[in-house]
Amino acid sequence: MSVATETAAPAPAKPARNRSRLEHRPGLNRWLPYALLAPAVLLELFIHIIPMLVGIWMSFVKLTKFFIANWSAAPSAGLGNYKVALDFNNAVGEGLLKSFGVTVAFSLITVAFSWVLGMAAAVALQPEFRGRGLVRTLFLVPYALPAYAGILTWNFMLQRDTGAVNHVLEQLHLSDGDTFWLIGGNALISLITVAGWKLWTFAFLTLMAGMQSIPRDLYEAASVDGAGNIRQWRNITLPSLRPVNLVLVLVLFLWTFSDFNTPYVLFGTAQPPAGDLITFHIYNASFLTWNFGTGAAMSVLLLIFLMIVTGAYLLVTGRRSRRA
Amino acid sequence: MRETRGFKIYRGVVLAVLGLFVLVPLYVMATSSLKPLKDVQGAFTWWPTNLTLAPFVDMWKTVPLAKYFVNSTIVSVSATVFSVAIAILAAFAVSRFKFRGRTVFTTTVLSTQMFPGVLFLLPLFLIFVNINNEFGLQLVGTRLGLIITYLTFSLPFSIWMLAGYFDSIPRELDEAALVDGCGPMGALWRVVLPAARPGVIAVAIYSFMTAWGEVLFASVMTTEANRTLSVGLRQYSTQTNIYWNQIMAAALVVSVPVVIGFLLAQRHFVAGVTAGAVK
Repeated sequence: MSVATETAAPAPAKPARNRSRLEHRPGLNRWLPYALLAPAVLLELFIHIIPMLVGIWMSFVKLTKFFIANWSAAPSAGLGNYKVALDFNNAVGEGLLKSFGVTVAFSLITVAFSWVLGMAAAVALQPEFRGRGLVRTLFLVPYALPAYAGILTWNFMLQRDTGAVNHVLEQLHLSDGDTFWLIGGNALISLITVAGWKLWTFAFLTLMAGMQSIPRDLYEAASVDGAGNIRQWRNITLPSLRPVNLVLVLVLFLWTFSDFNTPYVLFGTAQPPAGDLITFHIYNASFLTWNFGTGAAMSVLLLIFLMIVTGAYLLVTGRRSRRA
Repeated sequence: MRETRGFKIYRGVVLAVLGLFVLVPLYVMATSSLKPLKDVQGAFTWWPTNLTLAPFVDMWKTVPLAKYFVNSTIVSVSATVFSVAIAILAAFAVSRFKFRGRTVFTTTVLSTQMFPGVLFLLPLFLIFVNINNEFGLQLVGTRLGLIITYLTFSLPFSIWMLAGYFDSIPRELDEAALVDGCGPMGALWRVVLPAARPGVIAVAIYSFMTAWGEVLFASVMTTEANRTLSVGLRQYSTQTNIYWNQIMAAALVVSVPVVIGFLLAQRHFVAGVTAGAVK
């Protein structure tokens, strides 16, 4: 069976309309839903919400290594941590600004790259042909692979002397075969390639499932009217995929912007400036220099940024937060 | 799309380029795992001339891989079991009951998925340390701490996806169960769950993948005793040598179970992922 036939099945929970008879015993059912939710709520509170609030509090205290053993007694720093993080003339602020720039570039290019590849593949696989199922399965492997296994392989391929990438480039006479990919200015290219390698396949499966729900007769009618494939894509496929694309692009952006695995596995703990992504920058600022207060302030700034982007995106695209 | 000649050429090009993009790393991983160390330390070759299975044997000795494997398995399986069980209960509540705070719950839980892990890594670490100091419950450097953390990572998505599955199951079915004398939990257990089995399997595989591939928290929250594969694989790089052939062998072995599981469940998974976007 194909992805096509399955996509129609589950829909997000709709607001209270056809309620079932489960509510016919009010005494029991007043507390039952809360009891069912309790484990999920408690865990999300404990692991996500409370640490988040503590993180915001931490950004306002002097949480250096001297206070780490007894962190709740750390003295107030006022807005000091934010001043340090946002003072672009000193080293910390300058580093944050630079890594922010790198991350924006990384994120935008990776999302575009992944989307274009995903779209190209989804269109190519739209009509039935022999071996289609096999190709689709193959394309999903990078997504299924544990992130670090795929990234380690790329790390090996990007080695200067022993890697496959330089070997291929040399054979094709595109370079002399001793380019550094993991240090220096090429680090960003490597990051985008590796992150894109994993992500495009998610874009592919989302777009392909989206295409399955476009009614066939739209294409047939367009064919009768003499519209070619390119016009059909522009006038039918693309507009029909609008809701899918809105969610997809936002999700891809949020993922790439907070990517940690790719820089960490690709570069180890000494990341090159050209590939200094912001989550890893914050991680290093906190755990290598033991300056947790500044790290927390940077985290809060990152969160505010992501919330603004998400809010603006949802506003512009006219989609108030759906359940994704 | 009509299968014109132009379209067939287009398809051929796309499939060839993307096929290579996907396959080359997989090929390099597989073939390099069959080369002796001196071959992976020299210039790259496409074809392994001195085929050997030694890396698959040696990798267990260079690094305590078996221990990491056990740790990863215990952590990931436990996180999956708890995550799925908790998600089933929550999704049932969201799908079948009208109650105050329902929207607040769904939006809050789902928005936690937006937070980058690095945001709550530090505070969570410190909270775990404090819990140890106050109550003597060791969470940093134990499997329990990782299990609790990981199970919350997949929880929001699992709840969302399962609620969607439950919604697609006709309510008449659980009403019939109620008439037959089941309580609401009986209806969940006997009617809703069996009908939603594909969704449960897909969610379980997603939870397992999330835990099995996690790197950030594993790098901070583990010590040598409970190190998981995602961090342990780094140890094939020593001061003197990088055992690339063993790294590739280990990466392969670590990936195979997850990839097979995912590919088996892919259509349910794809359905779940896209339902929200498509509808």
